[in-house]
This record gives sequence, C-alpha cells and structure tokens, in this order.
Amino acid sequence: MTSAEIIARLEEKFGDRIREKNTDAIDPYVVVDPIDLVDVCRFMKEDEQLSFEMLNCITSVDYFEPDPKKAPKAGFEPHLEVVYHLSSLSKNHRFVLKVMLPRWKADQPGELPELPSVHSIWPGADWHEREVYDLGGVWFTDHPNLTRILLSEDWVGHPLRKDYEFPLEYHGIRGR
Amino acid sequence: MATETLPKQEDNIVEIDVRTDEMLVNMGPQHPSTHGVLRLVLRTDGEVVSEVTPHLGYLHRCAEKVGENVTPIQFIPYTDRMDYLAGMNMNLAYSMAIEKLCGMKIPEKAQVIRVIICELNRIASHLVGMGAYGLDLGTFSPFLYAFREREMILDLFEEVCGARLTYSYITIGGVHDDLPEGWVEKCRRFLEYFKPRVEEYHTLLTRNQIFIQRTANIGILPKETAYQYGCTGPVLRGSLNREAGDPVWDLRKVEPYCGYETYDFQAIVPPFPEAPPEAVIGDSWHRFYVRMREVIESVKLVLQGLERYPDAEGSHRIEPPRHLPAGEAYMETEAPRGQMGFYVVGRPSKDPVPLRVRARSSCFCNLSVTNEICKGCLIADIPAIVGSLDFVMGEVDR
Repeated sequence: MTSAEIIARLEEKFGDRIREKNTDAIDPYVVVDPIDLVDVCRFMKEDEQLSFEMLNCITSVDYFEPDPKKAPKAGFEPHLEVVYHLSSLSKNHRFVLKVMLPRWKADQPGELPELPSVHSIWPGADWHEREVYDLGGVWFTDHPNLTRILLSEDWVGHPLRKDYEFPLEYHGIRGR
Repeated sequence: MATETLPKQEDNIVEIDVRTDEMLVNMGPQHPSTHGVLRLVLRTDGEVVSEVTPHLGYLHRCAEKVGENVTPIQFIPYTDRMDYLAGMNMNLAYSMAIEKLCGMKIPEKAQVIRVIICELNRIASHLVGMGAYGLDLGTFSPFLYAFREREMILDLFEEVCGARLTYSYITIGGVHDDLPEGWVEKCRRFLEYFKPRVEEYHTLLTRNQIFIQRTANIGILPKETAYQYGCTGPVLRGSLNREAGDPVWDLRKVEPYCGYETYDFQAIVPPFPEAPPEAVIGDSWHRFYVRMREVIESVKLVLQGLERYPDAEGSHRIEPPRHLPAGEAYMETEAPRGQMGFYVVGRPSKDPVPLRVRARSSCFCNLSVTNEICKGCLIADIPAIVGSLDFVMGEVDR
C-alpha cells in the first residue's frame, strides 16, 4: 500500500481521531492523541490490509530551544514528539505514527508526560520504551518494568531533553 | 523371628523430597562469550535457566546526544564506533539518512564504490562473527582462519582510507576518496584467494559434529517472535522459511538502495538442503549458516561492483548542502547484523546541526529477544544462543 492508502484506511476506521496528517513529508505520517494510541496501534497490527508486524523504532524528539534569545526564531512551539516507525513484512510498506505530548505533565517541570505503553502489541517495544524513558523522559503507563536501560539506575535527569544539565560529578568522578 | 518384626517392604520406602533452590547467576560483564561488556543475570534451577535478564549500558557513549550537537559530517566518525566491526556500513546508514533528508542524488561511481566497500566489510564482519562464535563454543582454530582473511580485507581498507577499524570513508554525498590505482586488481586477487577458503570454514566448523550438536535445535526463534521483537538481518532470516511462503526479507532486495536492484545476488533464507537432520529452522545453526552463505553472496556482489567500477559515470563525491533542511527522514539499510536505521530531524531554522539524531540499532532489537529464546535451556547453551545472535555491544549501547 502507498502511504496515501494507509492514511485513507486509518481515516476510514478512526475518522477525526486521526488528529493530523502529513502526506508531503519525506516519510508521511499521522498524529494521534495519547489515549487513542493503543487502539490505533492494535488496528495497524491486526488489520489484514495494514498488518504492521514490526515496530522498528520508538523515538522521542524534544522540540525546545533552551537559549531564550534564539527561541522566537526556532520555528516551533516547545513540545515533545514520540515517533513510532512501523513496517510490514508481508505487505512491504512502512509508516510513521506520531504522538504529541507537552514537555512536562500539567506544565510542572520535573513531572514526566505520560503515554500508554504498546508492549502488549509488540513485545519488542519494551526495551524501546525503556530507552525513551531513560534518555527522553517520557513515562509509559502500564509498562511492566519501566526502569533505566542505558544509564545507571541512580542517574538524574533525561539527557536527550534540550534543557538537560550535565552533571558536575558522579560518585566522585568529575564531569568536567 | 526377627523378620517378623520388620515392617513390610512397601512401608520401608521413604519418599525423598528432592528440593532445588533457585539461584541467580551473574554472567558477565567481563565474560569472554558475551561479545563485549554485556551482563546477563540468569535465574537458574540447577542447570536449567528459567529467565535471562540482560543489563546493558556499559558501553554507552551518548552517541545520540553528540549527534544533536555536531554537524552531520562531524558525526560520521561516531557512527564508526557504534558497530566497530562494520564501520563502513554504519557510515553508509547515516550518510544515506542525511542524503534522504537533503534530497541528494548520488553519482553512479560513488554508488558502485559504496557497494564494493560495504560488501567487503560485510565479509569481514561475518568472518569475525564466525570466528568468535567458534570461540564461544570452545574451538580456537576457526577464529585464526577467519582473522587471516579479515586481515587482508583490512589491508585493502587501509589502502583506501588509511584506517583499519574506524574508517569514516563513506561520507555524505559519496565516498571520501576515489579508489587508489591498482586497488581493483588487488581486490580481485583477494577474492580469488578467498573464495575457496569458505569451504575450509565449513570443514572446520559447519560440518563439525560437535559444532552441530551444540547449535542445532538450540535457541529456536519462531518467526512470529522475531517479528514482534523487531529482529532483523541474519537473526530474522534464519527463522524464515522460503518454502512456506515467508517474505525473503533482505532490505537490499525489498527496498533496494545504492542500486542493489541491478546486481545479481540472492537473499539467503532457509531451508537449506545441506542442513544436518537435527537442525530446525530458527535455531542457532541456521542463524550461523545464513551468515556463512551471505559471505558467498557478498563475494559475488563485490566482483560485479569491480566490473562496473571502470565504466561508472560521475564523480566519487558531490558536495553536500551547507545547511540541513527542515523536516525529518528515517532511513534503514541492511548492515551485517540487521537493519541499521537513522532518524534525523532538521531544525526549522535551517541550522547545520540537526535537532535530533536517533540510531535504530539492529543489535539492540536482536538482543531484546534473548530472554524469550533462552527460557528452559541449559547454562552451557547460553553462549551458544547468545553468540548466534552475533551482536556488538558498541551498537547496542551506542
């Protein structure tokens, strides 16, 4: 299926629960709300025409400009995007699914934004979600074991946030 | 008299309650068979493993954070250090993601050189995979044989780019330099020498009865599990069955890049008529054998590339744009260990530095399936299973 057909199929099923679509992008994508994420993912995997058996990657992108002088020219509002790259082996097509999140839950700095986990649909999402939590700072609700995966358990902060402050020392090791 | 007082035979049997304790065993991070610094925590009952928990991160070098602070060209050397056994393929994956974002068209000559170099690197990488797998299973000689040949490939690479491990040769817009004079001939001579050597490896390892018994029917990864965990590369292909109508999943075939569609080669998918009777599709032996067969296909590809090289049109490199465009691109290529993907987001303000660089590591996904396929096996089989996944921790931890 072409990406236009995939988008049409999703719109047919979910209507205006598909918040946004972009067919002109290099990799066309649709945007869904966090509460619809699991429904949409399950449909994308189980629908016979789409059958996205494989979750290639989950990425969090922090749209934020820490420098207040550059912020007006940055060209985006501060927000967080979680991007799901899916592919289907039987149908040989790819697609991108996006979820928009606030940078902090209820605008309280330090409170991580929440997103439902998709590990029940693709078990491989388990580690990807742990990595996104670890580095990107997104809390996945109902994840079985949401702990840090690449960094050590007592690490502070989420390094791929643009306003992350590099630690000055860690257990007596000087950072700079 | 005394016999009368003895209890009857049946009453004499004492039911012995044999109780075993569960034990947590640490394997690694410095265990020689974990291919780098990986720590596995095994939950065992006697010799039987019921759960394997991998702990990663010992080799984490913040590659993604670095990526969003340097320009794409500056990031190329960091990609070398991800999968350090297949640096060329890593360079290619990142370069192609940037080229996709910028909408660049790469000249034919650069494409041909890329194919030649990447396939040579695939041979070198699979040789290490084969040799190290032998080491895991306790045989030392295949490792020495593999390194003898790999050394020659590294010599060829050294002549091309000056480095033997971290090449940074394939770059955005093509390759860094043209092939040096006389290199094509040297490469041909190497392939002539190399082709019959593959048979040696089969004699040493593939057809070795001990090797077969240690790998066949062990660590079976069903196709559905491989899909669900996002396994790719030889790990996935070892679980597919061509005769059952499974997709022949090799990105070079299904989503060709660098002109792979014009080359004559096969994607290696079981069943193999030469498989030993005890091997089943999806086991460690099949994963290993897929790699061995891919080496032969890579030799074919390099030979075809060498033939095309003298007549290939265009330059070996075009100038990349100074600024990254806004937008995002995700590009996957077939690296030796699976699909290596890069996701690059350009800033709307058209800075030379990207907003986000994400490396989708094939080994990361392949490793996440460990617990699933190690359940119920013996401790001694863990190296045989984990080794057959053939991961590089530098790529897992990034």
